[in-house]
Amino acid sequence: MTKEQRLKKRYRAEKRFKMYGLISVSLAVIFVLILVQNIFSKGSSAFSRTMIEVAVNYDSSLLELESPINQNSLKDADFYDLAVESLLKIYPAKDSKEERQILRLFSPDYEFEIKDFLIKNPNKIDQIVPVKITASDDIDQLNKGNFPRDLPEDRRRVSNYQLNIYDNLIEKEKIDKKFNNYLFTKGDSRDPELAGIGGSLMGSFFTIIICLILSFPIAIMASIYLEEFAPKNKITDFIEININNLAAVPSIVYGLLGLGILLSVMEFPRSTPLVAGITLSLMTLPRIIIPCRASLKAVPPSIREAALSVGASKFQTVFHHVVPLAMPGTLSGTIIGLAQALGETAPLILIGMVAFVVDIPSSPVDPSASLPVQVYLWSEQAERGFVEKTSATIMMLLGFLIVMNFIAVYLRQKFEKKWN
Amino acid sequence: MELNNSKIKIQAKNLNVYYGKKQALFNINLDINQKEVTALIGPSGCGKSTFIRCINRMNDVIDICKVEGSVEIDGAEINEKNVDVVTLREKVGMVFQKPNPFPKSIYDNIAYGPIIHGAAENKDQMDNIVETSLKKAALWDEVKDRLNEPGTSLSGGQQQRLCIARALSVNPEVILMDEPCSALDPIATAKIEELIDDLKKSYTIVIVTHSMAQAVRVSQKTGFFHLGKIIEVDSTDKIFKNPANKMTQDYITGRFG
Repeated sequence: MTKEQRLKKRYRAEKRFKMYGLISVSLAVIFVLILVQNIFSKGSSAFSRTMIEVAVNYDSSLLELESPINQNSLKDADFYDLAVESLLKIYPAKDSKEERQILRLFSPDYEFEIKDFLIKNPNKIDQIVPVKITASDDIDQLNKGNFPRDLPEDRRRVSNYQLNIYDNLIEKEKIDKKFNNYLFTKGDSRDPELAGIGGSLMGSFFTIIICLILSFPIAIMASIYLEEFAPKNKITDFIEININNLAAVPSIVYGLLGLGILLSVMEFPRSTPLVAGITLSLMTLPRIIIPCRASLKAVPPSIREAALSVGASKFQTVFHHVVPLAMPGTLSGTIIGLAQALGETAPLILIGMVAFVVDIPSSPVDPSASLPVQVYLWSEQAERGFVEKTSATIMMLLGFLIVMNFIAVYLRQKFEKKWN
Repeated sequence: MELNNSKIKIQAKNLNVYYGKKQALFNINLDINQKEVTALIGPSGCGKSTFIRCINRMNDVIDICKVEGSVEIDGAEINEKNVDVVTLREKVGMVFQKPNPFPKSIYDNIAYGPIIHGAAENKDQMDNIVETSLKKAALWDEVKDRLNEPGTSLSGGQQQRLCIARALSVNPEVILMDEPCSALDPIATAKIEELIDDLKKSYTIVIVTHSMAQAVRVSQKTGFFHLGKIIEVDSTDKIFKNPANKMTQDYITGRFG
């Protein structure tokens, strides 16, 4: 081979390698785009909710109100009869079967929505007022175009009679969509149109806070001690190997640990963010210690020598110079560790966070779900309404993870720039 | 040895240093005179740096390093367990091969030492310490208007003078310099050498250097190290004009090293 041939061959090899790289990067980007597109196309409709406008007759005689009429008496009153009467007026019904079908156009909470409207507007009593009531999941999905109408009736969830009413209501412009605030304010529900991630958001929030409170100080102290103060001997080597091993342990094993020790032996309350936070902090600890130690190690020894040479003690050297310089790396490591904990599902299932919890938790010791477990729970449901809610929850979860990672990158860059 | 009869400041006796199983220094006996510059020369890896790191016990930081023998400063042994290294290092300052200012402002770089030793009672005293230290290091005129800028924004030579000023800020008696000019250009080197010449009036200076010319220019006494042993110590004049040992002669004339 001549020199020229060899040179050409080298250039070809370089070009080939660049192409491989380009192909793999574009493949990765394509997969991410498909994933995001898939989630958004399924999940975006979950952010709106179909409402049906109904003329409600707030007839005080039907409410059997005790006088005087005030908010408390309204709260105690039974609105069922009043609600049913008003709802049935939207379309003529022949028999009780058709009446049931009319009521099934609405979410089961219609009684409370009608009641809440009056409690907010007590002056509307004994008047006929148009009130927007949440439609049932079937009508919601029909309105969003997710249910095909051309199937035979026995293969549809919406009957011909209900379709007629729907078309009639559309004609009269009684149906519209509004922003789905239920998605963020309500807890879980058996009815997709009433289910929200409010409970799991709070659950995840409490869990991450407990995880942060427990794992951050312990991880920082452990990594500072191991990196700066601990003598280098067989015991510390052994501990280091074990930390690395623990970081690689499958997360479900931590779930078993939480189940076996926290729930069985220590009898902590089941399905609570407290237990979830403790379990996840066990999992997160080694995952924070490793980047913390790496960032401490990355502080140049010359800085330590400089501090020691002017007479700083070991403690002063570490806490005045090394730790502040390592802080950006430490913080971003912690945030990324927490982001992993936020997305963790398996250990939470084992400690009972997979339970069906309707109430929004108000403290870390209330039973609760968490975002990833909510995704798992809803993905098992058959209703079309839960499919879009699953995707919407994934969008929220991804949003949080992106924000956390962004903060991590920002912290690292901002504080490193300062000195260079 | 025909040396001037100035007072001995540091005295190393039978000093042996080991890194793990490897011995780095063999039976070093060396006297360093007060208010004089002592240069240590020798090929790389011969133990010069290890030796000066024994004088302020910087080797304590290295886990595998073991020091045996005695180093006395003003007749007081420093290699004993009950010696407080913090006070020792306050007395024996050090300047390193690569300028290593703290990633803080110029002011904070100088103020750090006095702060941890409680040398200043108020802001005025601290300002005073910072100013005198920077003046002693011949840096004041160049930085007096930008004391709040990071020390790392200075040029290499200025950074090294900043490090010298930092070492001076705690009022040491001895200054150890480990190849302070090896990362600097000739102009910055000349400034540092001038500074060293000035500083020897009030401080005892030990300097490790790879430059024969530098040793001749700044030092009064020179020690030649080779493979962890001291081959020859004498006045700089004698070492460079009429060395007693063949090896010293070969080294300074550039035949090896």
